[in-house]
Amino acid sequence: MEDSVTATGRIEIDFERCKACELCVPACPTECIGMGTSINRQGYASAVFERPDDCTGCAICAETCPDACILVWR
Amino acid sequence: MSALAASPSKRILTKGNEAICLGAVAAGCRHYYGYPITPQNDIPEYMAAHLPALGGTFLQAESEVATINIILGTSASGKRVMTSSSGPGISLMQEGLSYMAGSELPAVIVNISRSGPGLGGIAPSQGDYFQAVKGGGHGGYRLIVLAPHSVQEMYTLTMLAFDLADKYRTPAMILGDAVVGQMKEPFVASPYDPASTVEKPWALTGCVGRERRNLKSLHLKDNAIEVHNWKLHEKYERIRKDETRAESYMLDGATIAIVAFGTAARVSKTAIQWARKEGIAAGMLRPITLFPFPEREVFELARTVDVLLVIEMNTGQMVEDVRQCTSLHDRIAFLGKPCVMPTPEEILERIRLLAGRKG
Amino acid sequence: MSAPGKVGFSKAVYTRPRSLVDVKSHFCPGCHHGTIHKIVAECIDRYDLREKTIGVACVGCSVFLYDYIDVDVVESPHGRAPAVATGVKRAQPDKFVFTYQGDGDLAAIGTSEVIHAANRGENLSVIFVNNTTYGMTGGQMAPTTMLGQKTSTTPYGRDFRSDGYPIRMAELLSGLEGTAYSARVAVSTPAQIRKAKESVRKAFEMQISGMGFSIVEFLSTCPTNWGMKPLDAQKRVLGEMSEYFPLGVFKERKQADVA
Repeated sequence: MEDSVTATGRIEIDFERCKACELCVPACPTECIGMGTSINRQGYASAVFERPDDCTGCAICAETCPDACILVWR
Repeated sequence: MSALAASPSKRILTKGNEAICLGAVAAGCRHYYGYPITPQNDIPEYMAAHLPALGGTFLQAESEVATINIILGTSASGKRVMTSSSGPGISLMQEGLSYMAGSELPAVIVNISRSGPGLGGIAPSQGDYFQAVKGGGHGGYRLIVLAPHSVQEMYTLTMLAFDLADKYRTPAMILGDAVVGQMKEPFVASPYDPASTVEKPWALTGCVGRERRNLKSLHLKDNAIEVHNWKLHEKYERIRKDETRAESYMLDGATIAIVAFGTAARVSKTAIQWARKEGIAAGMLRPITLFPFPEREVFELARTVDVLLVIEMNTGQMVEDVRQCTSLHDRIAFLGKPCVMPTPEEILERIRLLAGRKG
Repeated sequence: MSAPGKVGFSKAVYTRPRSLVDVKSHFCPGCHHGTIHKIVAECIDRYDLREKTIGVACVGCSVFLYDYIDVDVVESPHGRAPAVATGVKRAQPDKFVFTYQGDGDLAAIGTSEVIHAANRGENLSVIFVNNTTYGMTGGQMAPTTMLGQKTSTTPYGRDFRSDGYPIRMAELLSGLEGTAYSARVAVSTPAQIRKAKESVRKAFEMQISGMGFSIVEFLSTCPTNWGMKPLDAQKRVLGEMSEYFPLGVFKERKQADVA
C-alpha cells in the first residue's frame, strides 16, 4: 500500500481478528473503510482500508472497534 | 479478664461462642464478616468489639448471601477469614461455599445450629449434619467439618479449622449448636502453634512482577471440569486418610458403644459413667471430625461390641453413615432427640435395655 | 500489509491498551462488551493501576474478564461481585478494585449486594453493562428489558402488568448517601465513547482518592439476542433506550465524608 499524497494518517486492520461488525465503516468521518469480500479464518469478510488517501489519522475507527483490530499512525 | 490477656495456662470461665472468637484471633484471623441470627450472636458481637483494635476488619453484611461472598473476596486476598451463622444462614451460604470449594479458597465457617427445618426454633439440634458433611451446596465437594463438645474444643478446633482450611485450600466448618455455643465453662487458652501455617502463592495481590492470576470455578475448556473434579476428589481422599479425628471414651472392654458427637456425646459421657457404676461395660466413640468420618474406627468397633448405640439430636442422620461403615446392621441401635438435648437418664435407660437389664 | 513505522506515518496514534490482553475475544460481532473492555483497559493504563488492580468478574458474557484484562481477577457467583469486591477491598485497601457486571447480574439477582456496597460507601468501582437482556443464556428478559421488548421469556413483549418496569440503576444508586459517583453513558457513537471514557476516568479517580463507591452504567448492544445487525442495534440504543435510560451524571460527590 503506497503512501498517498493527501493522507495525513494510515490505519491497519487485523484481517484475521475482525468480526465484520461494520461499526467502523460509518464511524470514519472520511469514509475510508469498507467491507471486504475475502473471508478470514473466523469466516467473516473482514473490513478493508479502501481509501487510504482520505485518511486523517483521527483514530475514531480504532476507538470504535469493539475488538481493537485497528492500529493507527500519523 | 479477657482470655486474650490471660497467661496461656490459666483457666478462664468463658462462653462457647466467645471461645471460638479467641481461637480465631489466636490463629491469626483478623477478618470477620457476619449477620445476626440466634444462637450465634455473641460471635459477631465479640468480633465487632475486638477486631478493629487488633488492626482487623469487622463487617456486618446485609445478608448471609453477601457475607459468604465478602468472605470469598478476603480469602482470595490470602487472608485468614471467618464467618458464623446458624442453619438458615448457612443455607443461604451454600452457593458461596460451593464456589469457594471449586475455586479452592480456604475459610472457617461456624454453624451454631438451631432447630429446623425452616425457622424451626432456637433450641439446639444436630439436624444440619447432612447439610454440613454431604457438601451442602451444588457440585461434588465436601467441607472439612469439626464438631466441638466443650468450650475448650470450641477454642482448639477453631484453630485447627484454620490450619486445615489453609493446608487443603478449602472451607472448613465448625459444627456446634446452641448448647455448646451458649454454655460457659472454664477453658485454657493454649497458645496457637504457627508451625502449620502455610504460604499462599495463589493469593490475588496485584500482578507486580508476575503474570496475572485468577481464582475461579468455571472450567469450560475440553474436559477441564472433569479433571478438576478428580483433583478435588483426591484432596478429599487425602483429608480422609490424614485428618480423621475421634475420641475413644471408656471403650476398654465395652460391650455397648455409643456413637455420638457434640452435645449428644457430652451428655452421653455422664450416662456412661453411671452405667459403668452399675457394672454395664458402656463406652463411646465420639467423632471429632464429621468429615472425614471415622469409618475405620466404626468398622472395627462394630466387630468388637454387642451394640452400637447411635445418639443424635435429630431423627437419624449420622446413623446412616455408621451403617455405611459396617455390614453388622443388626448391632446398630438409634436414639433420636430432634431439637432437644437428651438427658443422661434417658441414655442410661436405653443402655440398660440394650444390656438386657430391666429399667 | 506494510510494516508499521514506514516512512511518513511512523507515529502510532492508537495502539492496543497495555492492559488489554492481545487475544481474540469470544464476544459476538459488534457487541459493546469489547468496546467497554477497551475503555476499562485504557483507564487502568492511564493511572498505571495494572499491577495493583484486582478485578471481580461476574457470571454472564463478561465472566471472561480474566482472559481479556491483564490483571488479577477473582470470579464471583452470579450477582455477588460487589460483595466479593468488598471482601477484597477490606482486606487490601491499597489495591484498586473494580467489578464488571451485566444487567441480569447487577440489577436482578445482585441488587441487594450492589445497593449495600454503595450504601456502605465501599471504595470500589462498578462497571455496569446494561444491554436489556441476559446475553450468555440466550436472551431472556432482564430487569432492564424495555416495555414491549420481545425476549425469549417475554415472547409477546414485556408487559408491565405481568413483568413490571425496566429498572434505572444509575439513578437508584445515586440516591444512596454512600454513593460518591453514579453516571450512565453509552458507546454507540464516537463522541459517546469519548464521554464514556471520561466517566470511567472519573469513577477511577474517585476510588484512587478514596471518595467511596462509584458506578458507571453503560447502555450496550446485544446484536445476537436482539436479532439485529450491530449498526441497527446501536440505533436502538440511541433511540428508545436513551429515552428511557437518560445519559448523564446522577451523582458526583465533591469531597469525601470525613469522620
